[in-house]
Amino acid sequence: MRALTFALALAALAAAAAPAGAQQAPAADPAKVQAVVKAAFPKAPADWQARLEQDATMRECTAHGNNPPKAASEAIRKREAAAIEYPPDGKFLGDWQKGEALAQSGYGLRFTDTSTSRPNGGNCYACHKLTRTELSYGTIGPSLGNYGKIRDFGAEDAKAVYEKIYNSHAAFPCSLMPRFGANKILTIEQIKDLVALLMSPESPVNKE
Amino acid sequence: MTRSVFLLAVLVAAAGLPSIAPAQDATEKALEVYRQMLRDDPWSNPGNLDVDRGEQLWKTPRGPKNVSLERCDLGKGPGKVEGAFAELPRYFADADRVMDVETRILWCMVSLQGFSHAELVAKPHPGGGQPVKELGAIATYVAHQSSGMKFAAPLAHPKEKEAAALGEALFVRRSGPFDFACATCHADQGRRIRLQPLPFLSQPAEARKVVGEWPGYRVSTSHVMTLQHRLYDCFWQMRMPQLELGSEASVALVSYLVRQAAGGDVAAPGLKR
Ligand code: HEC
Ligand code: HEC
Repeated sequence: MRALTFALALAALAAAAAPAGAQQAPAADPAKVQAVVKAAFPKAPADWQARLEQDATMRECTAHGNNPPKAASEAIRKREAAAIEYPPDGKFLGDWQKGEALAQSGYGLRFTDTSTSRPNGGNCYACHKLTRTELSYGTIGPSLGNYGKIRDFGAEDAKAVYEKIYNSHAAFPCSLMPRFGANKILTIEQIKDLVALLMSPESPVNKE
Repeated sequence: MTRSVFLLAVLVAAAGLPSIAPAQDATEKALEVYRQMLRDDPWSNPGNLDVDRGEQLWKTPRGPKNVSLERCDLGKGPGKVEGAFAELPRYFADADRVMDVETRILWCMVSLQGFSHAELVAKPHPGGGQPVKELGAIATYVAHQSSGMKFAAPLAHPKEKEAAALGEALFVRRSGPFDFACATCHADQGRRIRLQPLPFLSQPAEARKVVGEWPGYRVSTSHVMTLQHRLYDCFWQMRMPQLELGSEASVALVSYLVRQAAGGDVAAPGLKR
């Protein structure tokens, strides 16, 4: 009985100490959240239903506010690293000019993107600064200016960039960056073109 | 009207500047000039045309049952519009659910006037350059009748608490092929996507500044956009399907946003970029 009273007193204290604007409402039940998401998109076609579900990584990152504890972080890193497919020819650098076009394009996977011939873009400029001349860049991610130059155009670094773009969570569990290869946004060839944009000496990214 | 032409001219001039970062500042400055004019003369906002249109739609007998919305209860009693928006979303016993302004008007148009629910939600938002739909114009009128008041949505009913908690859970929930959550774009200070500044909506100080501006006149698409339309567009960017107008998720997100903005002023229709 005393333990219960004590626990209630503690809970009351915690509630009273909650900062202004913090949620006082109890956390939502995950099953209810999922049901509500299911009901929110009745126009979604059958092949879009998967978008309403979370995979294990999304679920864990959501649950931990994108800041997973060590064990969860390691599990995500391992799982996502295992999901990386490598170029069959073993080469990581494609064509930087194609990469620049992909970095500019935000096309693809929206419900208005119905072209069957236009390729998906990487939309890297939405979040990153890359070339010096493109001033319309976002700041959710770090600047990638001189990315290859800073790394002496190292071969190991080119591989690491490929892995980063293919599956951002393999190097940084719960990264805000999309998993472009693992989620089938970009093809292996397209990712190689983006690696070239960051890692080839001719690329304007390395001429800042 | 001359003023919106003036605004467009300033924005076009800003867009033509040689480099984009200063151009962004110029766009912001042009908007600031315009906002000042609005303070001097609130009637220069083109969104006010939809306030008037919404008022007519509210008062005119319409729909298969040929009645006006003057018996629609927005939470303060049938027909009482003034101050109602500032206390939405709230729980409505007749519908046994929490509703925001758009969902409540939808409900009244269906249950009182006899309009078809399916038709109203089939294509609920205007394309660029087209005027806001009738439901949105009514919402703009209703919101305007709370302008200058402070957001004070009730949170006593268990379903109101549940909606706020659900909204918070949805705000951070990652999904879709890009793994995006609302929090990817709206949970940090001073971020931008391309050149568009991203409001830090999980921070009350910033939420108070922007949430009260919806429905707002959106200069880039030249029409009034409602909050559920804004969320529909954000889900589009998230590579998610079309958000259903009046869905529990949409109301929960509005509940969350309005709670973040609690104590902030309603300033609808606002003016958005
Ligand atoms: C929605 C935002 C977003 C998009 C879109 C995005 N990124 Fe990122 N990116 C980030 C964030 C945040 C980080 C930092 C955290 C991390 O390393 O995962 C990052 C990190 C990186 C890094 C590692 C930087 C370092 O310090 O080593 C590379 C390389 C990178 N991104 C490349 C790209 C490329 C190429 C694209 C487009 C195909 C892209 N990003 C698209 C958000 C994004
Ligand atoms: C990929 C990025 C992205 C995601 C994810 C996103 N938004 Fe947005 N959001 C934007 C941008 C960009 C704008 C501003 C558009 C403009 O300036 O015209 C915006 C504007 C808004 C606004 C209006 C803010 C203002 O200035 O008045 C609200 C409210 C909002 N978003 C809510 C949400 C919610 C809720 C979610 C999740 C369901 C969400 N957003 C997800 C990019 C995003």
